[in-house]
Amino acid sequence: MKFSKGVQDGLPIGLGYFAVSFSFGIAGSKFLSWPLVTFISMTNLTSAGQFAGLQIMADAAGTFIEMAIATFFINLRYSLMAISLSQKVAPNFGTFKRLLLATGITDEIYALAVSQTEPVTARYFAGLMVLPYIGWSSGTLCGAVCGEILPAVVTNALGVALYGMFVAIVVPQMKAHRPTLIAVLIAIACSFAFKFVPALSGVTVGFAIIICALVASLIGAAFFPVKDEEESA
Amino acid sequence: MITLHDYCLFLLVMAGVTYLLRAVPFVLLKGKIKSRFWRSFLAYVPYTVLAAMTVPAILYSTNSMLSGACALVAAVIASLLGRGLVGVAVVACVTVLGVDGIMLLL
Repeated sequence: MKFSKGVQDGLPIGLGYFAVSFSFGIAGSKFLSWPLVTFISMTNLTSAGQFAGLQIMADAAGTFIEMAIATFFINLRYSLMAISLSQKVAPNFGTFKRLLLATGITDEIYALAVSQTEPVTARYFAGLMVLPYIGWSSGTLCGAVCGEILPAVVTNALGVALYGMFVAIVVPQMKAHRPTLIAVLIAIACSFAFKFVPALSGVTVGFAIIICALVASLIGAAFFPVKDEEESA
Repeated sequence: MITLHDYCLFLLVMAGVTYLLRAVPFVLLKGKIKSRFWRSFLAYVPYTVLAAMTVPAILYSTNSMLSGACALVAAVIASLLGRGLVGVAVVACVTVLGVDGIMLLL
């Protein structure tokens, strides 16, 4: 698992991130100067978390505690992914490398890394991070500097690139593995419930995602335990 | 407007919490998890997380629910036809652009 292979595999994520973070740049430029908006992306590398954080910063009544709690719940899924990724990395992926590369645990980089058949080496994971990091940072920069020029129709269309990438990761596995299809449908049903059942509407988006993923994955694990050779698929 | 001082503190909280959420479990878990149940659970997590993030959020991410729904359907079809990450993302973007563009003209 080479560095260069990682860079190559990271290209589509980098392109997608550029498009998505472009819209973050536009949103941020409404009340922050462009270097400050860009620096948020360079230090966080998270989509939903940054958007929520930006709203709290923009709110005159926003507090640091609120920021900490919102960030915690929206990004708690990264802990789940970090646990999952720890099961997939090569033996020589040591503590120092993990501390250095942990920032690369995003939804897409993680999903691509764990879908590899071989154990993930630090070199490969570092390579995988490069273009997404550049795409995410430079997209924010471009969005903050020149986003105002583009009409909303175009920026909305760019924003959907992120979801397109999610679909491209999930659908092939749903097609290949029926239990995954069932688990995904449960997660979607659960996600709809959080959106439309009034009693559940107070739950934050980040927390809702965690609950949906937990419920669906627990049901999947209970009824369709995967065989060892399937886990890497 | 936010002061530079407040911005720095907000950024520190946001980036710090995000980093710790990623790094702490990643560093602490060194061995293989023995239980087949938990290994199965973790194998399902990436797909269920992404699914829950996408649906129904995609329907509310564009100008109209119609363009969001069309983008979702188009992306699923493109993916079933074997398109990769970039191909599917482009199909989704173009679909939104087309549908919202037509609705603007109507």
